[in-house]
Amino acid sequence: MSAADPAAPVRPGALTRFLHRHEGWRGHLLLAPALLLMAAAILFPLGMTLAMSTWSLAGYDIDRTPGLGNYAAMVENPMFGALILRTLTIALTSTLFTVILVYPVAYYVAFHVTRHKALWLILLTLPFWTSYLLRVFSWRVVLGQEGVINSALMGLGLIDSPLSFLLYSQTAVTIVLAHSWAAFAILPIYVSLEKINRSWLEAAADLGDGPVRRFWRITFPLSLPGVVAAFILMFVPTMGEYITPLMVGGPDSMMVGNLVQAMFGPMNNWPAGAALAVVMMVTIALAGLVFLLLNRLVQR
Amino acid sequence: MISIRNVSKSFGRFQALRDVSLDIGAGEFFSLLGASGSGKTTLLRLIAGFEGVSAGTIAIDGHEMQDVPPHLRPINMVFQNYAIFPHLNVRDNIAYGLPRLGIPRAEQHRRVDEMLELIALPGYGDRRANQLSGGQQQRVALARALILKPRVLLLDEPLGALDKQLREQMQLELRGLQRRLGITFILVTHDQEEALTLSDRVAVMANGEVIQVDTPAGLYDQPRNRKVAAFVGTMNFFDATIRGEGASLRAEIAGLGPQPLATSRRAGERVLIAVRPESLTLSTTRPDSPQPAVAGRIEARQYLGGRQILHVAVAGRAEPVAVATLALRGEDPWQGSEGRPVWLSWGPGALSVLDPD
Amino acid sequence: MARYAGFHRPNRPLALYAAVFAVVLYLPILLIPVFSFNSGVFVRFPLEGFTFGWYADLFQREPLIRAFWNSVKVACFVSLLSTLIAVPAALAIARYRMPGKAPAVAFMMLPLVLPGLILGVALLTLLNRMGVTLSLVTVALGHMVICLPYAISVLLPRFIGFNRALEEASADLGEPPLRTFWRVTLPCNYPAILACLLMTFTLSFDEFFMAFFLSGAEPTLPMYIWSQLRFPRDFPSLLALSSLILLFSFALIFASLRLARIGDPAQPESGR
Repeated sequence: MSAADPAAPVRPGALTRFLHRHEGWRGHLLLAPALLLMAAAILFPLGMTLAMSTWSLAGYDIDRTPGLGNYAAMVENPMFGALILRTLTIALTSTLFTVILVYPVAYYVAFHVTRHKALWLILLTLPFWTSYLLRVFSWRVVLGQEGVINSALMGLGLIDSPLSFLLYSQTAVTIVLAHSWAAFAILPIYVSLEKINRSWLEAAADLGDGPVRRFWRITFPLSLPGVVAAFILMFVPTMGEYITPLMVGGPDSMMVGNLVQAMFGPMNNWPAGAALAVVMMVTIALAGLVFLLLNRLVQR
Repeated sequence: MISIRNVSKSFGRFQALRDVSLDIGAGEFFSLLGASGSGKTTLLRLIAGFEGVSAGTIAIDGHEMQDVPPHLRPINMVFQNYAIFPHLNVRDNIAYGLPRLGIPRAEQHRRVDEMLELIALPGYGDRRANQLSGGQQQRVALARALILKPRVLLLDEPLGALDKQLREQMQLELRGLQRRLGITFILVTHDQEEALTLSDRVAVMANGEVIQVDTPAGLYDQPRNRKVAAFVGTMNFFDATIRGEGASLRAEIAGLGPQPLATSRRAGERVLIAVRPESLTLSTTRPDSPQPAVAGRIEARQYLGGRQILHVAVAGRAEPVAVATLALRGEDPWQGSEGRPVWLSWGPGALSVLDPD
Repeated sequence: MARYAGFHRPNRPLALYAAVFAVVLYLPILLIPVFSFNSGVFVRFPLEGFTFGWYADLFQREPLIRAFWNSVKVACFVSLLSTLIAVPAALAIARYRMPGKAPAVAFMMLPLVLPGLILGVALLTLLNRMGVTLSLVTVALGHMVICLPYAISVLLPRFIGFNRALEEASADLGEPPLRTFWRVTLPCNYPAILACLLMTFTLSFDEFFMAFFLSGAEPTLPMYIWSQLRFPRDFPSLLALSSLILLFSFALIFASLRLARIGDPAQPESGR
C-alpha cells in the first residue's frame, strides 16, 4: 500500500476482521463445501441405509416399522454366513496373492531403478486409472474357452481341449481381482521401501551381512508398515466386489456384493439388501481394525 | 509511529510472544535481535499482518491495525528467501503492486526503471526473475517493496543467505538506502553485529519477551542482564555480593576481590558484575594504587589477527578472565607469554552491575 | 570386499520378473485393440483378417453416440465441480491450523477405501426415499463423491510444497486473497490443477460402480457397454469401442500424472 493516501487507511469490515483474527475459521470456510458435500453424500446415505435395514418388505411396499427382522434372518440362514465366509476367503486370498506378487516389483523400482522411477510408477498404476469394466472384460476375453489363452495353447498343440477352470471359477475371480487392484498394493509397499535409509544397508554389509540376510533383517521388517497398508487398501474394495464375480466367476464364486446387488435389483428387497450392506460394512470395519492392530504391532 | 502494546501470541499451547510492548519512531532503523525461537520473526509477522494477535494492539500512526489483513496495511516486507515470483520477469515483479493503485502503464514503466537504477540493476527488467543470483533477487525484492512507497519496511533476516562479503556490502547499502529514503526500517536478525552496525535502536528478545531496547552503544555499555550482555559482544561475568554502605560500599567480587562501587544496590544483594574484555589492561608490574589490580597468570593466548585475547587465571574464580588487546606487528609484548604472572587492572566505569541470573 | 559392487550389481532375475509383471499387467488390456481389428467375430487365435469395419460400425449406432455424449456431459460437470471444490479444500488443509482437521480430512478420504458398492447402494437408498428420480444428475452426484478425494490428494502435495511466502508477498503488496490466488497461486500451480481436471474427467468418464446403481433412463457409456455385453455377435464392436476408450483414458491419465509432477521443487526429479 502506498503513502499516497495520508488519511486513515481502509478499515475492513467486521467479517474480514474476524477472519483475520481466527485462522481456523478461514480454513473451515474454505473446507466447508467439500466437507458438506461429503457429509451429505456419505453420512446421510449411510444413515438412511441403516434405517432401511430395520424395515421390512410387505408385498410391494415397504413396512417401516423398525425391527431387526432382516438381521435375524441372516443369523438363522446358514447360507449368509457361508457367503460372507467365502467372500472373506476370496478377498483374503486375492490380497495375499497380489501382495506377494507385487512386492518384488515394488522392490525392483525402489532399489534397482535409478533414472525413471516416476515413469515406472506411472506405467505400473496407469491401468488402474482406466475403465474397470473394460479391464475385467478384457480378462474374459483372455481366459475364455474360446479365449486367447486357450486358443493359443491349443493352437500351439500344448493342450487338446480348452481349460475350463480358467473362466467362471474362483481361480478366475482371484486372478482378475489381483490384476484389478494391484496398483493399490504396489504404491504403499513402494513408498515404505523407498523410505528405507540406504546407509543402514551399507552399514549392515560393512558388518558382514550378505544380500539375503540384509533383506530379511533390515529391508523386510522396515517395509512391513507398507505391506500392512497394501493389505488394507486392497482388501477393503475387494470385499465389496460384485462386477468381477459376475463377469468371470461361476456359481461357486459369488460374493456378498452380488447378493446385495441382486437384492437391490431383481429381487427388489431393499431392506434386506440394506441390512446385508450394513453387515458388509461391519465386517470390513472389523477386518480393518484387525489390520490396524497388526500395523501397531509391526510399528514397534 | 508504530505502537505495540501488550501483544501476546500463542500457537496452540506454545506461547511465542508474551506481553510485548514497543514504540518505534518514524524514520528509525530499528532491529529485533534474538536467537531462533525468541519470537522476533513472529513479532515481525504480526506487524506485517500475516498472523493475528492473540491479545494486545498494534497501531500505526495512531490507527489500530491488529485486525487488519496484510493487504490493507501501509507496510511492505522483504522476505527471508526473497519470495520473488518465479513466473514473472524482473519488471513485472517490481511493478506487482502498482496496478492496484490505478497508476497508468507509462508511469508504471517509468517508476520501474527508476527502481532498477536505484538497486543498481539497470536493463535487467526483462530477465526471468528466478534466473538471478541471490543478491540480485534480494535487490529486486527490495525494489518491489519500495516502489510502493510504504511508511514502514519490514526485513526478515534478508541477508542471512548471502556470503559474508556480499552481506557486508548489502548492509552498507541498506543503511544508505534507509537514510536516503527516510522510511522506517524494521529488521529482524540473529546476527548481533548486523544489528549493531545498521540500527538506530535495537530490541533484544528472548523467549517471547523484549529484554532491552536501547541504542547499540547503550546495549553494549549498559546491558541489563547476562542474556543481553552475552548476546551483544563478549563479556566477562563475575558473581558478587554487595557489602557495607555509604563510603564503604563495595562489591565482594569472586576473583577480583572487594572493589568500591557506586551503585544503588544495598548490602546483602547478590549481583552480577560484567566487564568487557577490552576494558581490562595487563601489566607485568603492579600498577600504582589507587588503580585497582589483581594478580593472575596467563593461561592461554588467542591470536585473532591484529588483536588478541589473553585468558588470565585469577584466584577465587574457576574460569580465566578474558582480556582483549591489540597485537600489532613488532610491538607485541605478550607473544609467547603463556604461564607468565601478570597484573590485571581496569579504569573507572569498566564494571557494570547487572541483575543476577 | 567389493561391497559397493554388491549394491549396484543389477539383479537380472528381479529385472526380468518386473518386466514380465508389467507385460502381464498390460497384456489383457492390449489384446482388446488387437482383436478389434480382427475381421472374425469370435475372439480367439488365429486372427482372421484385418478390418476397420468394427470401428466404422460404431459411428452408426445412435444409442452409443448418445451414451458417449452423456458420459462426456457428466464427466465435464463432475470434473469442473470437483476441482472447483477441491482447490479451496486442499488450500485450507495445506495452509491453516484448524481444530478437528485430521478427522475431517480422514473422513473426506473415506470413499477411497469404501467399496463402491456400499457408497452406491447407500446413495441410492437415500435418493429413493427422498423421491428423487434417477438420472444423469444422480450419476454425477455419485461420481462427485468418488472424484473429490482423488482431486484433493492430487492437489494437496503440490499446495503443501508451494512456498507460502509467495502468497504472503502478494498480500503484502496489496492484493486481496482472491486476487492473490488469481495472480500467484493459480499460475504457479496450474499443472496440478490441470492434472486434477484431467484425472477427475477420466475417473468420471470410466466410472461404472456407482453409475450401475444411480443411472436413470439415460445411460453413460460404461452402462451402455454393460448392456451390450449380452450380445456376442456385437462383441468386436464393443472391442473397437473399448479400444478407443482405453486409448483416450490412457492419454488423459498419462498427461495428468506427468503434469502433477512437473516443476515440483520439493520432489527430486528422477530421470526427466
